[in-house]
Amino acid sequence: MKYLKQMWIILLISFAGEALRSVLPLPVPASIYGLLIMLFGLMTHVISLDEVEETGNFLLTVMPLMFIPAAVGLLETWSLLKPIIWEIAIIMLVSTVFVMAFSGRVTQTFIRKRAEKKKRERKEKDENVYH
Amino acid sequence: MKTFITDSLFFGSVISITAYEIGIFIRKKTGLAILNPLLIAIILVIACLLFFGIDYDVYNDSAKYISYFLTPATVCLAIPLYRSLSLLRRNWQAVLIGITAGSMASMGVILLLSHLFGLSHEQYVTLLPKSVTTAVGMGVSEELNGIVNITVAAIIVTGIIGSVLADFVLRIFHIEEPAARGIALGSSAHAVGTAKAFELGEEEGAMGSLAIVISGMITVVFASFFAGLL
Repeated sequence: MKYLKQMWIILLISFAGEALRSVLPLPVPASIYGLLIMLFGLMTHVISLDEVEETGNFLLTVMPLMFIPAAVGLLETWSLLKPIIWEIAIIMLVSTVFVMAFSGRVTQTFIRKRAEKKKRERKEKDENVYH
Repeated sequence: MKTFITDSLFFGSVISITAYEIGIFIRKKTGLAILNPLLIAIILVIACLLFFGIDYDVYNDSAKYISYFLTPATVCLAIPLYRSLSLLRRNWQAVLIGITAGSMASMGVILLLSHLFGLSHEQYVTLLPKSVTTAVGMGVSEELNGIVNITVAAIIVTGIIGSVLADFVLRIFHIEEPAARGIALGSSAHAVGTAKAFELGEEEGAMGSLAIVISGMITVVFASFFAGLL
């Protein structure tokens, strides 16, 4: 019964996501509306973690499987992919390396700036104590 | 034999799960990042369909029941996000700025290169969401009228490239803070990158999961703006 109720909540939220998707004129997938509803529910404790956790974790674990049918669809669209395969390969390689380096460096710079600021503040505080 | 497969309700699901299990087995035996279970499964299923001369539609008629759970599973991404929210409290500005920078850089670079290579609008929007998690990227590609199958393949290959090159890129660019490493991997290579981040450490992994969801949402919000640029 526990799993049935968990599944019921998850499907209900998916359904609510679909409803929002049909009402709101934004290019946002139903799943993202559902994700936000779930997050909001958890944060406001309307939904508790034990009401969704086991079934949710199971769905997350097997999620890669769900992409197989769409990716196998390459069989049908191969003719569209073939003429630009080298361009796509270069775009994938360059953008992945660039994004990794850029987001990592930006995050690190901000973390270290803040750590330094804290250190300085602490030092100033200590000096004030000694004076 | 052919009509039996055409009429079967379970053929597609069985062959997909079998291929994925084989993928997991090969990954476990070799431990190589490039032998991603999902990639192996896709290649095996395609090879099998080609070998037996089975149409994609026949396969998809019975495999589509697996994809049915994609929306509910994506909804459940809120669960790890909720769990890692406490990590956000420390360094939340750095984390949000880093993830936003990553998502914008991803779409910016794709715009620039697509323009350079003279790709069509359809080809460009197909690639635009390739750094975000597959469920979100598929949705974005569909909303922008991209070619969803190619988007899915591009997303998976991106994840594998990111996970294979991670050690090299993090070393060359001196990315040493655990949170920054997690965000670098999650923003550039989504779930596959985050799996790699978990190998580096607990904080790296949690930050990677956070990056998956937040970069997904930023991409959802800004993709239609970027789509209008080419």
